[in-house]
Amino acid sequence: MEWFRRKPQPPPTERKEIPDGLWTKCNSCGEIIYVRELEKSLWVCRKCSYHFRIRPEDYMAILLDEGSFQEYDAGLVSLDPLGFRDSKKYPDRIADARRKTMKNDAVICGIATMAGRQVSFAVMDFSFIGGSMGSVVGEKISRAIERAIDRLIPLVIVSCSGGARMQEGILSLLQMAKTSALLARLAQTKAPYVSILTNPTTAGVMASYASLGDVIIAEPGALLGFAGRRVIEQTIGQKLPDDFQTSEFFMNHGFLDKIVPRPELRSTVSSLLDYMSS
Amino acid sequence: MAAGGYLDFEKPILELEKKIREMKEFASGEEIELSSEIVSLERKLQKLQNEIFSKLSRWQRVQLARHPNRPYTLDYISHIFTDFIELHGDRGYADDKAVVCGFVKLDGQKALVVGQQKGRDTKTKLMRNFGMMHPEGYRKALRLMKTAAHFGVPIFIFIDTPGAYPGLQAEERGQAEAIARNIREMSVLPVPIIITIIGEGASGGALGIGVGDVLLMLENAWYSVISPEGCAAILWRDQAKAPDAAEALKVSAPDLLELKVIDKILPEPTGGAHRNHQLAAQIVKGELLASLAQLKQLSTQELLQRRLDKFRSIGIYDEI
Ligand SMILES: [Zn+2]
Repeated sequence: MEWFRRKPQPPPTERKEIPDGLWTKCNSCGEIIYVRELEKSLWVCRKCSYHFRIRPEDYMAILLDEGSFQEYDAGLVSLDPLGFRDSKKYPDRIADARRKTMKNDAVICGIATMAGRQVSFAVMDFSFIGGSMGSVVGEKISRAIERAIDRLIPLVIVSCSGGARMQEGILSLLQMAKTSALLARLAQTKAPYVSILTNPTTAGVMASYASLGDVIIAEPGALLGFAGRRVIEQTIGQKLPDDFQTSEFFMNHGFLDKIVPRPELRSTVSSLLDYMSS
Repeated sequence: MAAGGYLDFEKPILELEKKIREMKEFASGEEIELSSEIVSLERKLQKLQNEIFSKLSRWQRVQLARHPNRPYTLDYISHIFTDFIELHGDRGYADDKAVVCGFVKLDGQKALVVGQQKGRDTKTKLMRNFGMMHPEGYRKALRLMKTAAHFGVPIFIFIDTPGAYPGLQAEERGQAEAIARNIREMSVLPVPIIITIIGEGASGGALGIGVGDVLLMLENAWYSVISPEGCAAILWRDQAKAPDAAEALKVSAPDLLELKVIDKILPEPTGGAHRNHQLAAQIVKGELLASLAQLKQLSTQELLQRRLDKFRSIGIYDEI
């Protein structure tokens, strides 16, 4: 269990974690690693088990049967319900993110098979405004839940998000209620829901669908939690321990079913779905 | 906040009121005819009040929502209901005093009340943790709401929180899980749930007891995805920009009505709810009675379908 010993991580940013060059340095232990080798190890450092942040497409490749993914609702795009402007106008922020990521918003949803079993699948994209949840993410997750309810198939969501998207104000907050209300309906069926938490899953996403899986698993060393570290430190006036709000912290406090290293993700989720399906 | 428990923009009103009071005292003692002057000053007062309160900025409303004399949950409970029996504890860890729960009667009708509670003085502020709930508070509220639902008792909720408590132990005990579970479970509780935002409605801390059939909001309450200070700290890197953040986030009751998030704005007494607790409570009571009568007409199935549809439809986006 290498990751228990790793140093505290730098706070996650929107910067691309996957390097373009031939060689790269591990964010955690500083080991110089050959990129080809990293790809083979699913972007897990061989020396310290640090899990690099990967793209939604990488999770699809890891979890889903090859070529089985059919995307739904790709055309949903954000509007600017509040006319929001901080250092940038919200529509410009969206346009930049769309250009940079070639995606329309921060989640990809669809139907696929996992080890031959049909699932409703959603994976979040941190590179799109920090994976934040506004109306589009809330609606797409809601539709993914409804597909699981309608077809009575398992729901698998890979979360990666800093929380609700401030720029859509109260509408973002209420996406927590929308998705959770639909999960209450899903819970009335026999369709299982596996929630996979990756680095980071915090705030409004953690306080709604990410925490409501029949089974909740996390990658090692992910930052999880409700409130931000800085806010907590300011409120209680003390420094927090290094392992605070990691996967291991929440595992120890009873809020995760399992911590699963990336190479075991596919087989673990498949087995879980097998146990929870008739 | 200026010293003496009033807001800066309230000052001219309070000064004029004082002057009228003094003049009335003087006139009664000295048998001097001042009535025409008093009448004209009272007219001036009304005009001044209208001027200030008809064009409140969002930030001014946030300040009114935080007014130290604003009525809190227990004030509404004592003015609106009878036969209050407070019930405590989450049956797992502790009794979170930032939230008050108990059975009440509303003109003889049974109900459960759940509300965040702030303190008035240093001692009670600390005891109530400034209205910021821990996970055990959300679990206490859910436990009692489930009890109420089991016995077919409708639920009244009062929201007034600057946020769920951001602390080490709150994280250890699963703040996110507690809020997520409440949101999910409240969406299927088979009794009417009527929510009134009476003061501050900050983020997940408010939503954690904020899913129901009718959402009422006092005129000067606020409700948002994040507090103006929190938003300013993140987006402007400066908490002092909170007034700008309040404008940008559109946190006021009229904003939320326009976004179809709330069902109705409840007017406050002139000058704000803190000027007349009893009148504010009467206004709320009238709406609670009307909403409950309406919801009681629905079958459980209709009620739950309506509640789901209400939240399912929230969101503004385009499909290309
Ligand atoms: Zn490493």
